[in-house]
Amino acid sequence: MGSTLILRLIAQRLALGVLLLFAVSVLIFAGTQILPGDVAQSILGQAATPQALENLRRDLGLNDPAYIRYFRWLGGVLTGDFGTALSNGRDIADALGGRLKNTLFLAACAAVISVPLAILLGLLAVRYRNGVIDKAISGFALASTSLPEFFIGYLLILFFAVELQWFPASSTVFDTMSFGARIQAIALPAITLTLVVLAHMMRMTRAAILNVMQSAYIETAELKGLSAFEIIRNHAMPNAVAPIVNVVMLNLAYLIVGVVVVEVIFVYPGMGQYLVDHVSKRDVPVVQAVGLIFAAVYIGLNMIADIVAILANPRLRHPK
Amino acid sequence: MLDLKRIPVSALIGLFLTALFLFAALFAPWIAPYGNGEIVGDVWGPISATHLLGTDNLGRDLLSRMIYGARITIFIAVAATALSFILGSVLGFTAAVVGGWLDQTMSRFVDLLMSIPTLIFALVVLSVLPSTLVTLILVMGILDATRVYRLARAVAVDINVMDFVEAAKLRGEGRSWIIFREILPNALSPLVAELGLRFIFAVLFLSALSFLGLGVQPPNADWGGMVKENKDGIVFGIPAALIPAGAIALLAISVNLVADWVLNRTSDLKGGRGNG
Amino acid sequence: MAERTKTNPQRPGTGTLLDIRNLRIEATVYPPGEDPKNVVIVDDVSLTVERGKVLGLIGESGAGKSTIGLSTMGYGRGGVRITGGEVILNGRDILRSERGLRKLRGKEVCYVAQSAAAAFNPAHKLMRQVVEATLEHGVSNREEAEKRAVDLFRQLSLPDPENIGDRYPHQVSGGQLQRVMTAMALCSKPDLIVFDEPTTALDVTTQIDVLAAIKRAIQDTGVAALYITHDLAVVAQVADDIMVLRHGKTVEWGETRQIIKEPKQDYTRALVSVHAIDHDEHTPTPTPILSVDNVTASYGGGKVKVLKNVSVDIHPGQTLAVVGESGSGKSTLARAITGLLPPESGTVSFDGRVLANRLADRPKEDLRQLQMIYQMADVAMNPRQTVGTIIGRPLEFYFGMRGAERNRRVAELLDKIEMGKGFADRYPAELSGGQKQRVCIARALAARPKLIICDEVTSALDPLVAHGILKLLLDLQAEEDVAYLFITHDLATVKAIADSIAVMYRGELVRYGPKSKVLTPPFDAYTDLLLSSVPEMEIGWLETAIASRRMEAAGN
Repeated sequence: MGSTLILRLIAQRLALGVLLLFAVSVLIFAGTQILPGDVAQSILGQAATPQALENLRRDLGLNDPAYIRYFRWLGGVLTGDFGTALSNGRDIADALGGRLKNTLFLAACAAVISVPLAILLGLLAVRYRNGVIDKAISGFALASTSLPEFFIGYLLILFFAVELQWFPASSTVFDTMSFGARIQAIALPAITLTLVVLAHMMRMTRAAILNVMQSAYIETAELKGLSAFEIIRNHAMPNAVAPIVNVVMLNLAYLIVGVVVVEVIFVYPGMGQYLVDHVSKRDVPVVQAVGLIFAAVYIGLNMIADIVAILANPRLRHPK
Repeated sequence: MLDLKRIPVSALIGLFLTALFLFAALFAPWIAPYGNGEIVGDVWGPISATHLLGTDNLGRDLLSRMIYGARITIFIAVAATALSFILGSVLGFTAAVVGGWLDQTMSRFVDLLMSIPTLIFALVVLSVLPSTLVTLILVMGILDATRVYRLARAVAVDINVMDFVEAAKLRGEGRSWIIFREILPNALSPLVAELGLRFIFAVLFLSALSFLGLGVQPPNADWGGMVKENKDGIVFGIPAALIPAGAIALLAISVNLVADWVLNRTSDLKGGRGNG
Repeated sequence: MAERTKTNPQRPGTGTLLDIRNLRIEATVYPPGEDPKNVVIVDDVSLTVERGKVLGLIGESGAGKSTIGLSTMGYGRGGVRITGGEVILNGRDILRSERGLRKLRGKEVCYVAQSAAAAFNPAHKLMRQVVEATLEHGVSNREEAEKRAVDLFRQLSLPDPENIGDRYPHQVSGGQLQRVMTAMALCSKPDLIVFDEPTTALDVTTQIDVLAAIKRAIQDTGVAALYITHDLAVVAQVADDIMVLRHGKTVEWGETRQIIKEPKQDYTRALVSVHAIDHDEHTPTPTPILSVDNVTASYGGGKVKVLKNVSVDIHPGQTLAVVGESGSGKSTLARAITGLLPPESGTVSFDGRVLANRLADRPKEDLRQLQMIYQMADVAMNPRQTVGTIIGRPLEFYFGMRGAERNRRVAELLDKIEMGKGFADRYPAELSGGQKQRVCIARALAARPKLIICDEVTSALDPLVAHGILKLLLDLQAEEDVAYLFITHDLATVKAIADSIAVMYRGELVRYGPKSKVLTPPFDAYTDLLLSSVPEMEIGWLETAIASRRMEAAGN
């Protein structure tokens, strides 16, 4: 009984996610194609003759109507074919594979440090609410939401790479590298990313837990004479899981964006670096492909957050 | 009403620093010791009496470039914030009060825009648009307007269902009275509090774009662009890039401190003179 | 401080369970932009409760009654501190040992909250929560505890007592949840239960059942109780003794009979006679001012019918009271009349002419003639406008009054609502609840309407304040010859002020006519249920009401 309702809601949310993804693909395509700017011109430069431009436009299929070009592009994307880069003529999908892996590895390392740390600190802030720890944590949060990624990044490089020489200043990785060496290479970017998302995640975790702790049923539990531990385990946690997962997912989505700047700081061969390089070169097919992948990850994380919220809601699990 | 002694120390520090940055931005040509693009010394020269912050990657006076950088950074951030506010709040209020298909269409479109990370979408668009100040301000302003739209709409929807608005409708008041006399005065304080946060976001966003080489183009430079110019010195232990980076952080923290104080003041405010 | 009556009820033989001596409770409040302030919430209150007896604590909001109730568990809500006195329970001062409190809560003293819906954890089944304290304190094992819980469910007349424990809180109605919470409090066999307004949030016909169930459970288990409420008639049904509190101080303390029959203090006397308003019923005039004819209305484009063929008349200068419980459609009737919810069929005529269905199609003059006053005065006024602007706007809007003329009229209106003209510069946030409602009345009067719709205008107010508002409304009716459509769930109010009455149930009019006729038997079943559910300030009323209900049920 309850499960069919839940399944229906989840199916709806998944369908919405897919729909959103298609809409986003339209938007990204429209953003690069319809705005004033000409791929042929960008490739050949200002000095190109009109005849050369026209030939290139024909070769690239730029003379077809926009919607045909969109479906051609979309059809390719769905079969794993992102086309070729304008700047060097290489296959985009090939170039993406390794870089996507690198980016996900970096983001995962940052998540593995930041998520438990943020939840722990958030819990501490609630436990010692308005105390010294809470104040220190919220002060740190305020400061760190104001710090640009490159400030943290270069400060870490200056200190740990240049002065102490513990870690390399630029995070070069290659396939034959050992796991340990790889970890050492990405230590600084991972720490930078952690610091970037930590404060925000901690603040939101604190708010989510606080919200639960101020409910009337927590007072009921206190008035039953339960210990603080029992109250948190039996009454607060079951209701706090969903909001906390939500916080984590939203911040992982945030982390995906932070990755772009951090990769550039540390010259890390990931998706962000790849995107930025090709934006400067005005290499539209690459920008479209990478933009779509970033958006897909972002939408996916948000979708997981919503689905967890649906699963954790007792009203939906046990309808009347 | 505004008793100086009541302002917390943190907000005072924030106010002072924000004022200092604004002063530098407004009077840059008069207070900068050297010209913006003037080469006056060695590459990455040390801090000295003539060059208080040293020189940059081309031997330009870093302090002068910082002051001019403040001008560009703050100008673009203010312009983008103003655009996002005007666009977002006008559309948000309209959506809330008019409702119906207009509200549905605009809200779904904003949902769509917000389902792409702002930085990624900006990069996609900037890959085809010319790199000019106007483009930059438009892209930043329009993308950020989605957030203002959501806030303004939510606030206005909340107010629109209050009994005092219904009372005005029953009295026979027109739409403009309802928007400007009933809703707007009550929506102002959450929006003003948001203003500071959006400005910080604009500063950080602009800095990130310029740092990636897609914002302000050389020879002009905002602070983010200056970080990019000087970043290669870091591996040699030359901290010149940290000075503009630190300035961005300091500006953001200062405005944050002020916004925090304003937010605390207004969130307790139930109306009237604010002390009921 | 108020003089305490010396009729401290001491009946021998039972032994003292709870002895509170000179209790003082304070809290720190943080007004925005000002330094934190200390406020005294409870000031030098002393009371005793014998084993198995029920003490009623009664007072208006801010009287400190809930705070006193929670102090018996050593608990202060939201930064409240017990700063003086002793709370002696079972012979020991519980305030002396912070560690002992956990052993006491849920074992010796249990708590029943006003909103059981919020007090239950939404993530767990009811049974788990009901037996939790019993198991925590080792009163019995799980099997016995669950058996006792089922017995209690049965005793409290809950449906399907064997299985209701397997449900989640949101699967059970509000009245049932309140009874489950009572079972939860009784399950660990405590010595004392604190009932904190347990029936206030319920509809009147549900309240009587819950009240009867609570009373029976108290009698059967022999538990002592503190029963906290603002409704003297309710507490008179369950309490052996009553303490009247005001502003955190004791006003009067005595046996229930003495408090309601021979109150010694003026304040108590005022509380007892709160519904006594002199109002002679007017007979209907030949031509009604407003006539609702066969109106049907629904939400969601005809999906949910909320009004079904309702016809009522309101006569000039008279009051029609529309009564019903939540969901009866009484507020929808007001929305249909004002045009906020255009009726699907039927007409509303005003002063002989048919009103346009939609608000937007009505001329200004029609809008002026028909004003409205809301339940929540604080949200009915724009917090950014001064009282002068709020009252002055209709004057400007309808009559084009400006400047001195307008100000003079505002001052007159303020005078009419018994507030000085000095209030014109104040903001709503600076007014008390009763003052806010008065300003709303003045705003309605400013339009010089022929009819004012009053939507539950007194239900958010304390009884004495509500009493003042009702008297003011009647006085103004006599002066201005304005008719009222008075929407309420409170039959006592209806009896006090109405000329005619319409009883509504699930969107239909079940009974309608002049007050004297509507309130005279023979009744239809619903009106009978409604009338017999209104607590009366008589000892033993509850038993009589329940007994007569049983007889009727047997007769059917």
